[in-house]
Amino acid sequence: MRAQGKAVLTGEHFIQGDIACAEGAIAAGCRFFGGYPITPATEIAERMSERLPQLGGVFVQFEDEIASIASILGASWAGMKTMTATSGPGISLMNENIGLGVMMEVPCVVVNVQRGSPSTGLPTMWGQSDMMQARWGSHGDYEIIALSPNSPQEFFNLTIEAFNLAEEYRVPTIILSDAIVGHMTEKVVIPPPEEFHIVERRYTKRAPGDYLPYELDGGFVPPLIKVGDGYRIHTTGLTHDERGYPVMNGEVQEKLVKRLVDKINLNAERIIRLEEIDTADADVVVVSYGITSRVIWPGIELARKKGIKVGYLRLITIWPFPEQRIRKLSEKISGFVMVEMNLGQILYEVERCSVAKTLFVGNPGGKIQTPGEVCQAIEEAAK
Amino acid sequence: MNHPRDHLLRTERLPHIWCPGCGIGTVLSCTIKAIEELGIPEEKLAVVSGIGCTGRVPGYLNLDSFHTTHGRGIPFATGIKLANPNLEVFVFSGDGDLFAIGGNHFIHAARRNVDIKVICIDNFIYGMTGGQMGPTTPTGAKATTAPYGNIERPFNVAHLAAAAGAVYVARWTAFHVFQLKRAIAEMFKKRGFSFLEVLSPCPTDYGRKNQLPEGIDMMKYFKEKSVIRNGIDVQLTDIEVGGEIILGKFVDIERPTYTDKLIELRRGL
Repeated sequence: MRAQGKAVLTGEHFIQGDIACAEGAIAAGCRFFGGYPITPATEIAERMSERLPQLGGVFVQFEDEIASIASILGASWAGMKTMTATSGPGISLMNENIGLGVMMEVPCVVVNVQRGSPSTGLPTMWGQSDMMQARWGSHGDYEIIALSPNSPQEFFNLTIEAFNLAEEYRVPTIILSDAIVGHMTEKVVIPPPEEFHIVERRYTKRAPGDYLPYELDGGFVPPLIKVGDGYRIHTTGLTHDERGYPVMNGEVQEKLVKRLVDKINLNAERIIRLEEIDTADADVVVVSYGITSRVIWPGIELARKKGIKVGYLRLITIWPFPEQRIRKLSEKISGFVMVEMNLGQILYEVERCSVAKTLFVGNPGGKIQTPGEVCQAIEEAAK
Repeated sequence: MNHPRDHLLRTERLPHIWCPGCGIGTVLSCTIKAIEELGIPEEKLAVVSGIGCTGRVPGYLNLDSFHTTHGRGIPFATGIKLANPNLEVFVFSGDGDLFAIGGNHFIHAARRNVDIKVICIDNFIYGMTGGQMGPTTPTGAKATTAPYGNIERPFNVAHLAAAAGAVYVARWTAFHVFQLKRAIAEMFKKRGFSFLEVLSPCPTDYGRKNQLPEGIDMMKYFKEKSVIRNGIDVQLTDIEVGGEIILGKFVDIERPTYTDKLIELRRGL
């Protein structure tokens, strides 16, 4: 696919997931990318390095992932939509500054094309190793938004959605992709620009002097400013009051951290997106997300042939976790089967929320669940 | 009565957190004077820091100001500057922040010649955490984590900046306020990665362990030991306990900035 310097490449394409992600970012208005090469996310950086200069944007290959995430926070404050992309080890390095983004409330998108982990793990092979890390990776109590695509098309779509959510909630938004979705090539349809829903940044309407950077002012997140517009804001990773000034006491800490958590949790139902098939009268519901949601179907079909009513629940939004939906479903089924490519991360969440039993089919990456494994778990769950 | 420079300070945040005898306030004052004298539109200035005593400077400057994570002020500032090249972005941070945990970012920003200005308060020590040795602690000097004297060789950070590609490199001390103000003004006029090292007293954490216990002792030491050698080969400017302290402007060259090269690249497409 040749780019020709257009921002939105409307049309049908046969492209890799990572490329679709880059194009989704550009379609969402991203014009600043800071990154560092890492398999299997490198193609996103490569694509951005080709595309952003054509569009008057900025691509910088930084010295490491820490600089990459720090740069996108700074560039976002200067008014740009910004993104970085990496994989497990890079996310480990970025986590401190993801926390800074949470604390300063900086809209930006962080893509994690997951591979088998821990440590260097399986650089060229898939995994869903960092699901909990996305939630808890930076120190402290916070809430974040994370989305998980299961195809190049959805990688494109969810990248746009991630930018929208980042702007709406003033929070770094994470895309939890994986090496298969990142590297697989499929049809991706890019609609004309007027068909996209794009959330633009909400800037304050107040004049300098009448604006506090962390005052809610009507919404559930404070409106933003751009560096250079004369507001002379101060912002810090320290616990701060509505002026952005550091205040070291438990009361301000509680007020701030609770607001950061609440702005996501109280809007969870608005944020969460799920895909459900045949869950209405199911005895067993198979829960999955990302590439795993495409692996489980032969197993589901096998179980159906044995007469079990099997539903399918795919988490498109991982964080905030759809605890209400899981709880409600669990009340009328015999059990869940959780399928994921780790040794049981989202499993914890399903078990926490479910009153029914949960069977688990997982591996630490680099393998695919077999239809037999999935079917056997469904049979167990149906008992 | 208001001080004429109060508009550049967040006066509601005073008094500041720095100890009596600390040099950071002096450097902040010189910075404010330089900004005023140059008449830079203040809304176009953005100041960024990492963590530490010097990291608190942006909290007192009445500008768009960013107190980031330890060592990451430079890449954060790089993001701001490249996103909006019309802004004048400067980093104010300490020697530990910029050259230990943040050292990688420093050398690469210098190599790229990102048009940001870096003012380093070099007090030879980690002040905020109570006086541990750092990357600029002179060999033999004492610190809470070097109770028998530092066995390491310190960085000559001016030399490092020059070697990494900075277009402007100078070193002064908190005693040399006129030269400091002039150097800061020169940096703001300069295009490209510019670096100023300011040797600064930390009587609380460095002085007391190194026979310079009072606030005035280190200022006297800087006055007595300093030798001004503008244009000297920066390799010859290492700092040793009890030795001469060579000050001056060591590098002042022209080189296309990162933004220059990016604009050139975009035009060619």
